[in-house]
Amino acid sequence: MLGQQERFCNRGGERMEHRLKTPLSKEDVASLRAGDLVWITGTIYTARDEVHAHHRSCGNLPVDLEGAVLYHCGPLIKDGLVISAGPTTSSRVARYTKDVVDRGVRAMIGKGGISEAVEDLRGKAVYLAYPGGCGALAAKTLQVKGIHLEDLGMAEALWVLEAKDFGPMIVAIDSFGKDLYEEAKRSSKRAKGNAIA
Amino acid sequence: MRSKDVTEAAIDVLRRAETTLPSWVVERIRDAASLETNPVARSQLDAILENITVAKEGKIPICQDTGLAIFHLEVGRNSHIDFDLKEAIAEGVRLATETVPLRPNAVDPLTRKNTGDNTGPGMPDLILDLVEGDHIRITAFPKGAGSENMGFLGMLNPADDPFEFVLNGVAERAAKACPPVFVGVGIGGTFDLAARLAKKALLKMPGTSAQEAELLAQINDLGVGPMGLGGDTTALGVRIEMASCHTASLPVAVNFQCWANRSASAIVGGNGWNID
Repeated sequence: MLGQQERFCNRGGERMEHRLKTPLSKEDVASLRAGDLVWITGTIYTARDEVHAHHRSCGNLPVDLEGAVLYHCGPLIKDGLVISAGPTTSSRVARYTKDVVDRGVRAMIGKGGISEAVEDLRGKAVYLAYPGGCGALAAKTLQVKGIHLEDLGMAEALWVLEAKDFGPMIVAIDSFGKDLYEEAKRSSKRAKGNAIA
Repeated sequence: MRSKDVTEAAIDVLRRAETTLPSWVVERIRDAASLETNPVARSQLDAILENITVAKEGKIPICQDTGLAIFHLEVGRNSHIDFDLKEAIAEGVRLATETVPLRPNAVDPLTRKNTGDNTGPGMPDLILDLVEGDHIRITAFPKGAGSENMGFLGMLNPADDPFEFVLNGVAERAAKACPPVFVGVGIGGTFDLAARLAKKALLKMPGTSAQEAELLAQINDLGVGPMGLGGDTTALGVRIEMASCHTASLPVAVNFQCWANRSASAIVGGNGWNID
């Protein structure tokens, strides 16, 4: 049964490229399959531990989350310029995924995956992987548009960034439940060895 | 030796460590990219190599996580230090935070309030070794949280297999440590010494022994791949440091470093400082 769904999701292994504009539509999300490449143009919001905790305790954020793209990132900003802005480890905020997806967030960008929250994404949102540590490269396509919750500090504040062809990102978890991180774990020689043992 | 020279050297080593990588690290990433058979993995390694070039040419931090300020100090036993060495380095960290610039990362562990300048109680963290000579070799080893958070330590039973413990932990945690990673392993000593050995193993990277090469091959067989997305390249180096331990103990610690294995050194002497 799973095999059939995987074949459908893979479109026979073909990897597609998507250039998307924010806010994302439901159709945008449905068009993305694990392994596809994505570039994003438009507004994206940085959100990591403190912004997610703030959202949970207040039930609100000072930006519209309908169709929004959240970037798990604590950027390095100087004099209003994005100096370096790669992704942070997403698993720290995996526990908040349902909160933001229920408010309309349709994509999260990060590194390391949120395998804990695959079911929270199903039918609603995707997880996009930007190469971890590549902050200098990412900064080339990002500009500061604004800041909210500034008192949380540079890394934890909610930065409003304008992205221009930000990517390529890999659809690492799609809205059909396919998760490249879990696949990598399952495919390891060690995992196979353990299964036999 | 003058306090001002130590401060200037600290700024310089931080700036170089944050914006450029040691050439052997870049070589390892390049070699891995040329051997990688998984297309997604290769795309991650190519982006990493492009990022290294962008950072070097623009003189900007490779990664937005400019890390916690950790320094390795090899202090010549004949060097004359009549000032507050830690404060001289802390001043360098404060100035580098403004000028490199660095992201302010140091916070109070409970209130989470940011100190704003990357210093605070216990920060910078200085790892001291006494050596021959009359100078100080100062190495900046900024450490990001992505890799640091995945570290682990076990007080094993002497009958346990320490390599099995390391491999299981790496399999579980490497994907979130910004792989391909460098793996520092500390075996023996005490609870705290094992952890310090693991960090020193990262400082002394790369390893050269057959044991280290075997562990590296086993880690790469895990298939975690760059950024955990699968592939042939999970680790770029393994180093093991050991110390004697109690006959009833077997402490084992693992400290990860991400692919951005950042470090830079300078020598401070009685007549000023120089790049090393």
